[in-house]
Amino acid sequence: MSQELITVYVEGTPVSVSPHDSAAAAALKAGLAHTRLSPVSGEPRAPYCMMGVCFECLMVIDGVPSRQACMVRVHAGMRIERQNEAKVWA
Amino acid sequence: MNSMANVVVIGGGVVGSAIAYGLAKIGGRGAGVVVLDEGDDAIRASRVNFGLVWLHSKGDGMAAYGFWTRKSCDIWRQFADEIRDETGVNTHYVKSGGLNYCLSEAEFETRTEMITRMREQADNDPYEARMIDRAELQRLMPRAQFGHEVLGASFGPHDGTCSPLNLLHALHAGLKKHGADYRPNSPALEVKPLAQGFEVRTPRGTITTPKVVLAAGHGSMKLERALGFDVEIIAERGQIVVTERVADMGILPANGVRQTVEGTVIIGSTTEDVGFDTSTTPQAGATMVRRQLRVFPALAHVRAVRTWAGLRTLTRDECPVYEASEQYPGAFIATCHSGVTLAAVHAKVLADAIHRGKFTPEIGAFHGRRLK
Repeated sequence: MSQELITVYVEGTPVSVSPHDSAAAAALKAGLAHTRLSPVSGEPRAPYCMMGVCFECLMVIDGVPSRQACMVRVHAGMRIERQNEAKVWA
Repeated sequence: MNSMANVVVIGGGVVGSAIAYGLAKIGGRGAGVVVLDEGDDAIRASRVNFGLVWLHSKGDGMAAYGFWTRKSCDIWRQFADEIRDETGVNTHYVKSGGLNYCLSEAEFETRTEMITRMREQADNDPYEARMIDRAELQRLMPRAQFGHEVLGASFGPHDGTCSPLNLLHALHAGLKKHGADYRPNSPALEVKPLAQGFEVRTPRGTITTPKVVLAAGHGSMKLERALGFDVEIIAERGQIVVTERVADMGILPANGVRQTVEGTVIIGSTTEDVGFDTSTTPQAGATMVRRQLRVFPALAHVRAVRTWAGLRTLTRDECPVYEASEQYPGAFIATCHSGVTLAAVHAKVLADAIHRGKFTPEIGAFHGRRLK
């Protein structure tokens, strides 16, 4: 199936992906070894289940943190970034 | 398949399991403890809990409850260490001290009156609670940025938290370790006193036993009459909102807001009279979150990921009821709201009394006749 590819920006680097891909797939295609750091342990984590249940793939997408990257479909120009900060809540 | 047991505990939640764990531990292998539990569809307060191990607001109007809770808080550390050593399951108990925030002069005054009243009701203050002002809150939590309405809080030094799911897991692992026979998907359908002992009917056969402990939360209501008990257990819905995992800011637990060991912040909770309805409502979530935003404005940037609701098991005065049946010796009932806080005394003190077949005055104080 041929289709036009679109460009998204993973950590600022342009990546060509199918418009049907998820943001997590784009991050993997870009070769990110990890997509976030655990706010509890600081360990690196990466997409695992790719179907919305494990919550390992939380990323900052278009500036919005803690989105499940595997459940978000890409759009042209999407900015997909690692989530390395533990949020201050109090 | 019919079987015999030395004691049947009806209820595999945190109350029944703590008592059964204590009984199995006292009796050692061969104690003949059977625990009957329902399945995952049970109305189970143990799995929806906020996880406070909490003293300083318990027992207004019934000092005995204050002392009983204090005893549990005093031995929770030892209980948590023991069960972790036996099972490898960490309940993550921390006695951090706990707070109840006051967001207006009126709230501060009401809370001060309550703390004072409770101290005076008891001969020998079990609470050691005190009111603290905003400056002291800031000293206790140097990194916190409180909302401008935070005037102070009541502070209970014996309060703390645990992971309630790990507690239930640890108790079940402990039951196994001590040779108890835990039977899931085996609700007690009927309990019948015999000339000697009791017969408990389950979908998987009948069990004959000289001793039966009814600790099935709301499920106790339909079984108790046959054993001569008449304890009213009221369902009260509580809703909870949980957030994404966030930074550890060194925040002490409070009624209504605490950070879990997993990094989430849990925000609670409602008190609703809606029967056996465990659904959640956006209105309740919004109300609870709005209150905690007044305490910690930075929560506004944190995402809520889930809500849930559970049903508390309350008596009329919200204090526990423990009874040894006079009509049918060998039958016991135990019900309470705070199964997590009281897990330590249930496992160590109440189980011992049930094992001996005789309640001490300390436990006898919780007879349900006070509610009549």
